[in-house]
Amino acid sequence: MPYPFGLRRFHFGKGSRQWGGPRKTAVLRRFESYSPHSSPPATRRSYPSIGGSLWLKTFTLSHFFSYKLKLGFTSQGGFVSQLPLLPVRAPNLTMQCAQIQINYYYVGLWTGHDFHSQFPSFATCSKELKECSGHVFVDSVPEFCLPETELIDLSTVDVILISNYHCMMALPYITEHTGFTGTVYATEPTVQIGRLLMEELVNFIERVPKAQSASLWKNKDIQRLLPSPLKDAVEVSTWRRCYTMQEVNSALSKIQLVGYSQKIELFGAVQVTPLSSGYALGSSNWIIQSHYEKVSYVSGSSLLTTHPQPMDQASLKNSDVLVLTGLTQIPTANPDGMVGEFCSNLALTVRNGGNVLVPCYPSGVIYDLLECLYQYIDSAGLSNIPFYFISPVANSSLEFSQIFAEWLCHNKQTKVYLPEPPFPHAELIQTNKLKHYPSLHGDFSSDFRQPCVVFTGHPSLRFGDVVHFMELWGKSSLNTVIFTEPDFSYLEALAPYQPLAMKCIYCPIDTRLNFIQVSKLLKEVQPLHVVCPEQYTQPPPAQSHRMDLMIDCQPPAMSYRRAEVLALPFKRRYEKIEIMPELADSLVPMEIKPGISLATVSAVLHTKDNKHVLQPPPRPTQPTGGKKRKRASDDIPDCKVLKPLLSGSIPVEQFVQALEKHGFSDVKVEDTAKGHIVLLQEAETLIQIEEDSTHIICDNDEMLRVRLRDLVLKFLQKF
Amino acid sequence: MTAGLPVPSQTGHAGLSSLIMDPECSQLLPALCSVLADPRQPVTDDTCLEKLLDWFKTITEAGSSLLLLQENPCLLGLLCHVLKPQDLSPRVLAFSLRLAGMLAAQEDCFQYLQGDSSLFVASAAGQLLVHVLGLSLQGPAEGHPGLQTGDWPACAQKIVSHIEESLRSAATPQITQALNVLTTAFGHCHNPWTQVLWVRLSPLVARLLEKDPVPSAHSLVDLLLSVARSPVLSSSSCGLWETLAQTLSHLSPTQAGPLALGILKLQECPQALRAQAFAVLLQPLTCVLEATAQAPGLLDSWDGTGGASVTVDTLLASKAACVGLLCRTLAHLELLQPLVSRPSPWPQAPLLGATVTILRLCSGSATPASDAGGHLCAFLVGCVRVQRAALDFLGTLSRGTGPRELVTQVFAVLLEYLTSPDSSPTVLKKAFQATFRWLQSSPETPGCSDLDPHAQLFLRELLPVLPKRLCSPCWEVRDSGLEFLTQMIGRWGGQAGFRRALLASEVPELTEQLLRDPESYVRASAVAAMGQLSSQGLRVTPASPEHPGGQQKSLLAELLHILSTDSEGFPRRAVMHVFTQWLRDGHADVAADTERFVARVLQVASQDLDWEVRAQGLELALVFLEQTLGRPSSHCPYAVTPPVAAPPSPLAQALQPLCRVQLFEFAFRALFDCDRPVAQKSCDLLLFLRAQTASYSGPQGSGSVPEVASVEAALQRWQAGDQGQPLGYLEPEVVVAVLRSMDLEGLRGALAESSDRVEKSPRSLLQDMLATVGALGEDEADCY
Repeated sequence: MPYPFGLRRFHFGKGSRQWGGPRKTAVLRRFESYSPHSSPPATRRSYPSIGGSLWLKTFTLSHFFSYKLKLGFTSQGGFVSQLPLLPVRAPNLTMQCAQIQINYYYVGLWTGHDFHSQFPSFATCSKELKECSGHVFVDSVPEFCLPETELIDLSTVDVILISNYHCMMALPYITEHTGFTGTVYATEPTVQIGRLLMEELVNFIERVPKAQSASLWKNKDIQRLLPSPLKDAVEVSTWRRCYTMQEVNSALSKIQLVGYSQKIELFGAVQVTPLSSGYALGSSNWIIQSHYEKVSYVSGSSLLTTHPQPMDQASLKNSDVLVLTGLTQIPTANPDGMVGEFCSNLALTVRNGGNVLVPCYPSGVIYDLLECLYQYIDSAGLSNIPFYFISPVANSSLEFSQIFAEWLCHNKQTKVYLPEPPFPHAELIQTNKLKHYPSLHGDFSSDFRQPCVVFTGHPSLRFGDVVHFMELWGKSSLNTVIFTEPDFSYLEALAPYQPLAMKCIYCPIDTRLNFIQVSKLLKEVQPLHVVCPEQYTQPPPAQSHRMDLMIDCQPPAMSYRRAEVLALPFKRRYEKIEIMPELADSLVPMEIKPGISLATVSAVLHTKDNKHVLQPPPRPTQPTGGKKRKRASDDIPDCKVLKPLLSGSIPVEQFVQALEKHGFSDVKVEDTAKGHIVLLQEAETLIQIEEDSTHIICDNDEMLRVRLRDLVLKFLQKF
Repeated sequence: MTAGLPVPSQTGHAGLSSLIMDPECSQLLPALCSVLADPRQPVTDDTCLEKLLDWFKTITEAGSSLLLLQENPCLLGLLCHVLKPQDLSPRVLAFSLRLAGMLAAQEDCFQYLQGDSSLFVASAAGQLLVHVLGLSLQGPAEGHPGLQTGDWPACAQKIVSHIEESLRSAATPQITQALNVLTTAFGHCHNPWTQVLWVRLSPLVARLLEKDPVPSAHSLVDLLLSVARSPVLSSSSCGLWETLAQTLSHLSPTQAGPLALGILKLQECPQALRAQAFAVLLQPLTCVLEATAQAPGLLDSWDGTGGASVTVDTLLASKAACVGLLCRTLAHLELLQPLVSRPSPWPQAPLLGATVTILRLCSGSATPASDAGGHLCAFLVGCVRVQRAALDFLGTLSRGTGPRELVTQVFAVLLEYLTSPDSSPTVLKKAFQATFRWLQSSPETPGCSDLDPHAQLFLRELLPVLPKRLCSPCWEVRDSGLEFLTQMIGRWGGQAGFRRALLASEVPELTEQLLRDPESYVRASAVAAMGQLSSQGLRVTPASPEHPGGQQKSLLAELLHILSTDSEGFPRRAVMHVFTQWLRDGHADVAADTERFVARVLQVASQDLDWEVRAQGLELALVFLEQTLGRPSSHCPYAVTPPVAAPPSPLAQALQPLCRVQLFEFAFRALFDCDRPVAQKSCDLLLFLRAQTASYSGPQGSGSVPEVASVEAALQRWQAGDQGQPLGYLEPEVVVAVLRSMDLEGLRGALAESSDRVEKSPRSLLQDMLATVGALGEDEADCY
């Protein structure tokens, strides 16, 4: 069944980029999920929603930290569920944080203006441009903006760490089309639910095939003449159509599953460990540490009590650097208040005989919403109202959530042992209050009854079953659409559907850390340094007085901008070296100060996979009389007989006495800045005694020098 | 005449037992005394000893202390025992001393006990010290105010030196004790010697102010206020006002607040000091206004102390300090506002401005004008404590007026809070309360007593918010919304503008749905709101799509259903209140068949397990009775005039409706209710009824009527706990006869005694104490 809005699918792209930077020096990179920057400035702020995947580039032959550890954050919107083109508001606002947004382009036309007459030169691409309620959209198969690759050659990346399922949507583009040959690490729920999100996306797109991609408008000569912000779109030529399920499967097969607190050795250079971040099922923060340095990468995290396992804060302690990303997109919206708004508006609509549409992802916040509704529907007198969850992956999502017990919060885990399903949506399904369908077709059409509540995707309103419901219910003021996903501007999502009679409610539920929580977290964890995007270090431009909406920590956080390469503020001072047991046995330590012993070691330093081992030196080779040909393996370093090491200090007065005793009569001592000079005038010889060295300077009298040397050595310890 | 019905049996003579020791207590006392005298049996509960003292006090006050000692030699034994040097618990020592003082005023064996960790002991020691001081000065200094401390008796001089020594001490606890003793002294003794004492000690007190920080500031404030309130001291020129002024400027803004409030509450006080005190209270608000670039207005003119920078420092020191200071300031001003003696002119407008600004800072909508403002904003955003305090104060300020522009701002900020999804339930409740108060205070339109146009405008914006609140997933929010609605309807339900706005909203329908809310508090509030809506004719009965043209269930039936079936007490109580009010107001549904209504309600209420429901049933019965017989003349507390006074009629005829609704059965059952308030209420009702029927001269000798005897027999069974058998229909004559035969006065007397008299009896106390310290004998027996 063709969508009524089948034509209305649009490109989206990224903001202008004007940055450069070394391509090869970035060691750690991440790609961000997208931030639309599109809500009314009073309530919403665009943050670099650093979704939290790390690209870890290691160098197997050289020590990982022999390079300065550098973080380069890509500045383009990662692929995110990624939206076709939505109209945007004032371009100047979008430009302020251009590095992290995906732009939605529209052309504002004066009502009544004829499109062709206004842009006569674009007659060639006019078929690609459509007008709707005064805005112009690009009509095309949805295209997606890929992670920026200017700073890094993805084929040289060794490891990608995925923090949560929302930030892995671009993975197939990387693993399948860039020459990437490394390993991807993620937790099991991340992979499973990430797969569901991708599967839903592919399904939505493939259901309504459209052969044509709009490309004419991308012609630079045409594009630059288009009204802003269309003309500001950059690198539109790199936008890609959605991947296929085959590519998804191939990408997912490259993922190595990890569990919380599991230590993963990367080429001996560093250990990485995922920690629960409390944000979503399987969501992780990462610790990257060597023997002496520890870097924490905090991505989308939550301290609220929702369904996932709580955030592991304790393991983040003692970090040299804490990279802080993925804070809430809407710091002024308290999730509890928003859930209250959601419930109230839902009940009001349904009580008046209207339907409620909730555009959402098939996993995540929907679990919490269903749980709230489970507790609320009786009190609100909604027991007889059907709740429909429509998604190609609805069934899997609801079932998966019940089986990931070990990844759930304590309360839900304990339910498993009762045994009860951890989430109450099981009961909603059992009692027929919640019904789920893969699509509008089939059973749903026969079961469908109104008034009802429908949860369906895609939250951008550009594809998926939600399009149908917008068309079906948009004309009646009894109905309400409630936006809960924080990633989307509801105004932009709704633009192509205008004029709309249905009520629109914006209740963004973003459980990620807000600034008060960050402040508590930092007090608890006490990292030596905090590194974060620049946007976090100042109040939002629209609310410049809100000093509470920024990171306040001591020492001040180091901030970075889009595409900035940053040297992390710590130095690598020590390296751990192992000593083989037989070598260790042979050591004879000598105590040179109380508590400090020294021993000389003669050994071979063996370095492989960034591990250093001291092995016993090979025995001196027997002189071989024959003319055997030397083999390569025999080519070992010469082991010269080592002179003993000396320690101690020379007491000048006693030394002079010793000299006199040995027949030097004209000894003169001079004090210098660093020690003393003992002058043997007759022999024209100088003995320069300093704290860490002694020089005997005499004129071609080796006998004398050796005599004097032996005198000096009597005062020193040898080992 | 039949013999009077026996009154319910009384367990002991609790009323008398507090005056004369009963034999059982006398038997227990020796054991207790030996426990108290035994250091191995520590008494850990001070409260017991306090209660014991209270009991002895009542006995000695009855004038029988000599008898007490003669009959209970163990008491003398205890007193003698504690005088011996031994390792006795300070608590028991203090107890014994107080007992001794109480019995024979033997205070001279007093020892300093103030350092004891027990609050009771320290307090007792302090009080005893003051008492001894007062006693020792009673003779010599009473009549000679000119007598200096040097001429005081040695005992008094010793006490004064001790206090002086403590005041000079570097240890804060000692200073605190000395200040507390002085506070007690000046608070309780208003003799001329207190003036001499103050003159001698005030320099030492003033010296405390030189320390930084001022030690025991809280106790110092108490002392100074106690001195200032003393009629002897405040009228004299002993440097008190100077000390107060000095203290105000030395204490931190947080500590100075209570002192400033105390000063402003003083009846007589120099104007300059009052101005200074008020300035201290206003300073934090001045800072707030300045931080948001608003002219402090009149607040500025009060600020004469130059302490603004200290206040700013406090406000910006930390979030806790900022929140604490603002909350205290707002609470102090709230207490001050309604006082007649509040400062004049009262800076209503700047206070309103400051409060609105604080609320805006808390919601993040204020624009700070400086760095200080930015910090303030960061501290206050989302701070529930400050929001609550500010909304409370805002509500209080509704008693005054303000410039139109400011009032508009008040309504705007209230609407902001009522609308915001981030308002916590408690904040929302306060916002509703403040809103109601402001609406109440807004001027009425001349002529039509309706809300003024501005308030109407506000209401139009408010009413769409209310449905959302009534649908909140948080029951506290639904509850506060309903309470607010009930108040609003009660106040403006009769006014056209309000009615129109309300009827145009979804509120009435939603309220009705909340009768079935899962939370009992919400159901109770919904019952109250529906009762009001119905009384005012605001209940909407739209033909719902599900029941086109169908008759909606009547509210009366719905409320009766709740009364009969709701599992929680609150909704049932609420229904009874609504029904009582409906009966009183002559609600149409009730007036249609009042007797049937009353009969049904009483029948359901009599079976209710909740005593408050049954008590409210009696209230309803009383209203019905009043309406039937006419209002009681003297002691009836119910002042509402029934809409239609019952015409005088022959009494028997008048009693008929009461009999038909089985009011007597209900009342008699209630008379023997296991819950005392119900029985008391029923007793009052029956007494009232008997007074009404006093003039009744029905057939004499009805006592011989068999029905009377059978009723009395049934009542006796009821009293014995067997309430199964109903009385059935009673003829008025029988009722009158039974009423006359009952000893209702006796019953009322018995019921007037506290129901927990058994638990509070001295015997129970002695038993408890003995049980707590353990049976000594048994322990010893175990040793064998």
